[in-house]
Amino acid sequence: MAILEVNELTKDFGTTKVLKGITFSLEEGKVLSIIGSSGSGKTTLLRCINGLETATSGKISVNEKVVFDSTITDKNALKEIKGNQQNIGLVFQQFNLFPQYTALGNVTLAMKLAAKKRPDYKKNKKHILEEIDKIAKGYLDKVGLSDKLGNYPCELSGGQQQRVSIARALAMNPQILFFDEPTSALDPELTGEILKTIRQLAEDNMTMVIVTHEMNFAKDVSDEVIFMDDGVIAEQGTPEEVLVNPKNPRTKAFLNTYEK
Amino acid sequence: MFWTVTQSLLEGFASTLELFALTLVFALPLGLIISFGSMSKLKPIKWLVRTFVWIIRGTPLMLQLIIIFYVPGFVGMWAQDQQSSNLFIQWLATWHVLDRFGAALLAFVINYACYFSEIYRGGIESISKGQYEACHVLGMTKSQAFFKVVLLQVVKRIIPPMSNEIITLVKDTSLARIISVYEIIWSGEAFIKSDGLLWPLFYTGVFFLLACGLLTILFNKIEKKLSYFSV
Repeated sequence: MAILEVNELTKDFGTTKVLKGITFSLEEGKVLSIIGSSGSGKTTLLRCINGLETATSGKISVNEKVVFDSTITDKNALKEIKGNQQNIGLVFQQFNLFPQYTALGNVTLAMKLAAKKRPDYKKNKKHILEEIDKIAKGYLDKVGLSDKLGNYPCELSGGQQQRVSIARALAMNPQILFFDEPTSALDPELTGEILKTIRQLAEDNMTMVIVTHEMNFAKDVSDEVIFMDDGVIAEQGTPEEVLVNPKNPRTKAFLNTYEK
Repeated sequence: MFWTVTQSLLEGFASTLELFALTLVFALPLGLIISFGSMSKLKPIKWLVRTFVWIIRGTPLMLQLIIIFYVPGFVGMWAQDQQSSNLFIQWLATWHVLDRFGAALLAFVINYACYFSEIYRGGIESISKGQYEACHVLGMTKSQAFFKVVLLQVVKRIIPPMSNEIITLVKDTSLARIISVYEIIWSGEAFIKSDGLLWPLFYTGVFFLLACGLLTILFNKIEKKLSYFSV
């Protein structure tokens, strides 16, 4: 069953058409890598799916729940759509950790704010907050940072910061996790730890969409690869098909720039 | 004599500090409101506020003190001369010269709120969009994002320019002398007329130095307290 469905998605910035009709779907538990040169629209696609940009037209649904539909204008329906967006997690290129919170605080903040709405919050406050801390510690342990719970982002390396942000995204219990060039802001020697973390998540059958420039990693970890060029999907298939035996000359040209 | 002078200057300084503290109490929140206005998405509000800030920052505070102190009186006199039945003019006729301290306070609050608003605006606009986006994808509301994530970062960023501006305010209170508000310069000057002594006026500088020294220490402490994270 397809967990992510993107249908005829377009996005214009003024007169510039950045996405020109993107259609694809992704099965649950699969890993999709999106590659392509800068300006091909891959980051915009990610941002539209995550609700950071509003697409111009088209439809997106996650687990058969609509998260974007350009034809819907009804206020209540839009509110429901906003709620459905909670099923999507996003890891940023620049981490975007909250500097004044510890690693643990970064992971728990959103959960603790959300817990305030629970009807039993006042009564069970202490228990609820302890429970949240426990969940957060579990995720930080998963990304190998159980010894850094009390450290502030400025005390962590880039790789550790990115792993905190992965734990923070996981803590929302998303049905799909998106990565926007998760290693691009890191020194080459630090990218390994992030790729290792993502690989572990893949083994746990986490559904993931990764925008990346790490071709070898994409080949290695993905079930499917999309090559985007000039706002369209130029080629799509298994890593073998797209990265090893590309048919589209534009894919070939793009991959050639990496081999040099 | 030294003791008499010190006592008299202390009384004047109490009034100086009152003007200083009240200005802060009103100008700090007003500045935040003005900064929101200057960042408003509604263009007319934005340009109105920015023009106001331009006028206040572009003219001397001393001139603003004089205008706020004298102009209401002139308006009242002019309106009374009109003998008009127009309700608005009748209302204007009730205007009279403000009390000196009140006029000075009003001028300081308006002037400093405008300077503070620009500091707030700089601080708020310097926070990366990524912080708001991270809050958004984590399901936080806009106000949660501002109060739980952004605000403390803004505070940390604006402490240095704020401390600068607040220390300037301590000394700017002496401008109130121009509309004869009773404050420390006035008490120092009084000894020239009464006893022919010039040194009490110079001596007032010690009080300003002490106040600014204390504020410097206070702001250093706040800066240290917020040094556990970097923005």
